[in-house]
Amino acid sequence: MPVALAWASLKRHGTRTLLAMLGVAVAAAMLLDMVMMSTGMRESFRNLLLSRGFQLRLAPKGTLPFDTDATMTNTSGIVRILRQNPDLTTISPVLGGTIHVLRGDSVITASALGLDPRIQGDYELLSGKDPLAPDEIAGNDEFMRATGARTGDTLAVASGYDPQTREYAGTRRLVLTGTIRFLYGASHQRGAAMRLATLQGMSGPDRSDASSLFMIRVRKGTDVEAAGRWIKERVFTVNVISTESALDQVDERLRYFRQLAVILGSVSLFVGFLLVTTLVTVSVNERIGEIAVMRAIGVSRAHVVQQIVLEGVAISLVGAFAGLLLGLVTGRYLNGILSSFPGLPEAIDFFLFQPKAAWTALGLLALSGIAAGVYPSFRASSLPIATTLRQEAIA
Amino acid sequence: MTTIRSADARSRDEVGERATVVEARGLTRDYSFGKEVVHALCGVTFEIMDGDYVAIVGPSGCGKSTLLNLLGAIDRPTRGSVAINGTDVAQMSDREATSFRLRNIGFVFQRFYLMPTLSARENVELPMAEAGKSRTDRGARAKELLAYVGLAARERHRPSELSGGEQQRVAIARALANRPAILLADEPTGELDARTGAEIIGLFGRLNRDGTTLIVVTHDEELASTAKRKIHMRDGVIVDG
Repeated sequence: MPVALAWASLKRHGTRTLLAMLGVAVAAAMLLDMVMMSTGMRESFRNLLLSRGFQLRLAPKGTLPFDTDATMTNTSGIVRILRQNPDLTTISPVLGGTIHVLRGDSVITASALGLDPRIQGDYELLSGKDPLAPDEIAGNDEFMRATGARTGDTLAVASGYDPQTREYAGTRRLVLTGTIRFLYGASHQRGAAMRLATLQGMSGPDRSDASSLFMIRVRKGTDVEAAGRWIKERVFTVNVISTESALDQVDERLRYFRQLAVILGSVSLFVGFLLVTTLVTVSVNERIGEIAVMRAIGVSRAHVVQQIVLEGVAISLVGAFAGLLLGLVTGRYLNGILSSFPGLPEAIDFFLFQPKAAWTALGLLALSGIAAGVYPSFRASSLPIATTLRQEAIA
Repeated sequence: MTTIRSADARSRDEVGERATVVEARGLTRDYSFGKEVVHALCGVTFEIMDGDYVAIVGPSGCGKSTLLNLLGAIDRPTRGSVAINGTDVAQMSDREATSFRLRNIGFVFQRFYLMPTLSARENVELPMAEAGKSRTDRGARAKELLAYVGLAARERHRPSELSGGEQQRVAIARALANRPAILLADEPTGELDARTGAEIIGLFGRLNRDGTTLIVVTHDEELASTAKRKIHMRDGVIVDG
């Protein structure tokens, strides 16, 4: 009977109930978005870092990968040292740089990665083939659009521009082999990939054996941190970064986002709680006479409490489910806006949907719905029956 | 035939007994308003027998409704005792009193107080659902009671679709749902016009003839005159009856 009575009570003021549910839905959507944001970025970054199975990264001492223009010299020497350790199964040095595509009178500038296309973990091939030969290059969509080139075209590509002499360190004619998508690229960033030696050769003598990053796969079952320590003891010019330590650094950088998410999420939860409490309290106040009569004819306190708590929980849960959908839609929309956040890879999701986040948001709202029913149900169940009926009769 | 009375009362009928259903001893009820104390009831003592039809009359503020609330175990006396079928309701905990009211006392109020979102039948079923009766049993009993009060055809109607007299009849059916030992009514005709009030008075008479013990608080002379016994009150005491 409490369920039937709670349902009847909610239906009695259908519009008001619906508006309250919508209010809870908005609060729930914000709560879900904040929960997704507080945990999503880290998980998204972890997934990205592990997407190609590279567990270790080496960057120039004191830097993070591509944090600065700094490079590591003696790349071939470092590779030789690393190959001494059989647990390091894949070693992929990468050089980052800027290239200039010379198209008639115009010059199109793009970022470029020099790498080993057979073992790289920086891009995925969308069409065509990898730039395996020394005179080949592959570009992303933005690069293709900017240069107006198609797969199979030959491009004049220069690098190592010296603003004082207004000359390039090297110019090559490279054949465009395919379209790629960079995993760590920012949105709308023009980019191309070629063999490491090709970019090194075009970038001038000081970069002839340089690299910006090493990506390393470790044999399955090997202690990654131990492998990292092994490298640190032998290569002193690099910063060894494991996925976990990279995530820790990301965590540190995203701390403010998380704090903001927690604060806004808490505010949303509190607003939802107040909304439900207010609605249920108003509803109880309107029915005070009815509740006193129910008590008089023998309805137990427990059933009165159940009915009122059920009303709060129903509003919260229906609102929360609607908010779940709303939160996913707004999260996707906001994600689209924030994906162009400067300095962050486009593939990073700010609002990553995780079932755990959804359950957390729903659970918190259900709890707040129960809590919202506590005050009005206490008020209703502790009514002095005779006094209330007398006051109602006078009213 | 519709069974209105409790099983205890019916078994006493079979051996020709008339037991005491209500026994009030020295009932006192004081209300405190700050430092001021209002004596609503001052040591009221009386008995009501099984099958009685008692009207409690008197001027406003004389303590009639206070007395009814104490008899119905929805209020506690400051002093004294009330026994219903030998059970002292004044000493019960809230939980015990609630359970006792559910099974032993039927209430009819001046303003009907039906649940506006429930149909007539659902309103009648409410106390039975609370008492844990099965859906089938309570449905059958609700139909039986609504037929008894003349509303068989209106069981699906909500209170807003019923006249005042019809609502009061539904309230009476609800009060009888769990076959209470006594039916308490507080100004049951107070909100009704003369014709509808007369219908309710007639229904109370029929209920009593069928064996229900009735205690009615009223200003309505016509209703009071149909009772077998009148208790006159003034200033918190019984002056006659």
